Amino acid sequence: MREVKVLGPGCKRCVATAEMVQKEADKLGVPVEIEKVTDYAAIAGYGIAATPGVVIDGKVMHAGGLPKPEDLARWLTS
Amino acid sequence: MSFNFVSEQVPGARSSAAKWIGWTAAALLAWGTLYSQLIPFSRWVVASTGVDPNSQLGQAISFFAYDTPKVLMLLTLVVFGMGVVRSFFSPDKTKALLAGKREGVGNVLAASLGIVTPFCSCSAVPLFIGFVSAGVPLGVTFSFLISAPMVNEVALGLLFGLVGWKVALTYLGFGLAVAIVSGWVIGRFKLEHWLEEWVRNVRAGAADLPAEELSVVDRIKAGVDAVHEIVGKVWPWIIAGIAVGAFIHGYVPEDLLATIMGRGAWWSVPAAVAIGIPMYSNAAGIIPIVEALLAKGAALGTVLAFMMSVIALSLPELIILRKVLTIRLIAVFVGVVGTGILGVGFLFNLLF
Repeated sequence: MREVKVLGPGCKRCVATAEMVQKEADKLGVPVEIEKVTDYAAIAGYGIAATPGVVIDGKVMHAGGLPKPEDLARWLTS
Repeated sequence: MSFNFVSEQVPGARSSAAKWIGWTAAALLAWGTLYSQLIPFSRWVVASTGVDPNSQLGQAISFFAYDTPKVLMLLTLVVFGMGVVRSFFSPDKTKALLAGKREGVGNVLAASLGIVTPFCSCSAVPLFIGFVSAGVPLGVTFSFLISAPMVNEVALGLLFGLVGWKVALTYLGFGLAVAIVSGWVIGRFKLEHWLEEWVRNVRAGAADLPAEELSVVDRIKAGVDAVHEIVGKVWPWIIAGIAVGAFIHGYVPEDLLATIMGRGAWWSVPAAVAIGIPMYSNAAGIIPIVEALLAKGAALGTVLAFMMSVIALSLPELIILRKVLTIRLIAVFVGVVGTGILGVGFLFNLLF
């Protein structure tokens, strides 16, 4: 089970990012647990300055703008 | 962990990159050809309606038929270019560049980076906290936060299209100046204790982000996406704005506004700033009206001050920032930036 956190205050792109993660995970058959982190202090604690952010198994992988699907696939399988 | 670049993964990637670059070049060429035909096109439109080109209606139609495609084309070009440039920057890279910079140098750097760093007011709060907790001085953070929304590609592209590149460049220069000076002044006040308490308590190291490698194709795509997103959203505003402009152009007497908004009326600058604060509009909605005002004798400094005030000091953004700033700090922010804009307005009216 990969633990994925999507960091963002609930903007349109944050929702889209969470959906992308789910879609990629389904495609790859990787079981994921997605959590949306919307609290500003919690987001800041990850040390990113742009949202949406993607954290996989505790490691920040992406910050700002939509991630690329092929990057998501790589992060989810590595 | 290893990262493969797109161009190394796919054998056909190189030819696909060549194809993208070829298409981009062809699109730019087509752009130039179309652009050079705009005046004949507007004459043709007027002629085909059968209206006398020298009548008020004829002038209004000709203005509309020439300005609409011209402005949309220039805006598309500027937004595409900015989209490509911005693919080289990110808020987190900017944060790393600014962390620990001294004030002064830091303010100049922050304001300049504000132009090229992708920024959306919806992520103003994470950005603010991210900067401050990474050790970027408060005043330097403000320089960034003032310049990023004010000196944006929509404002620059539209000014370029409507009133020419000289005014666009001057707007850029003065926008930067306001951001640098305002940030520096706020920094001098040493107001860190006026941040909301939880913000001061955030301790965050910089995230160790894996490098995301972008190919030439990715950067061109970023430019195309920006056009799709921005021009796709603002074009109805622009057309509506130019229609208003066309009406004023044809029907409102030449010097109507000269007495109210002309350079002789000194109080018009503070009035313009004050009216601009509660108004919230994207640059697209406001600029065509700005152009029509200028054409009818309103002073350039007054109009630019109005524009900066509408864009840089918007109520919705202040409400978002209230989550991290105390009311007192917001008041200082509005006061300092408002004074800066006022200075720009007066200086402009004096110079031009």
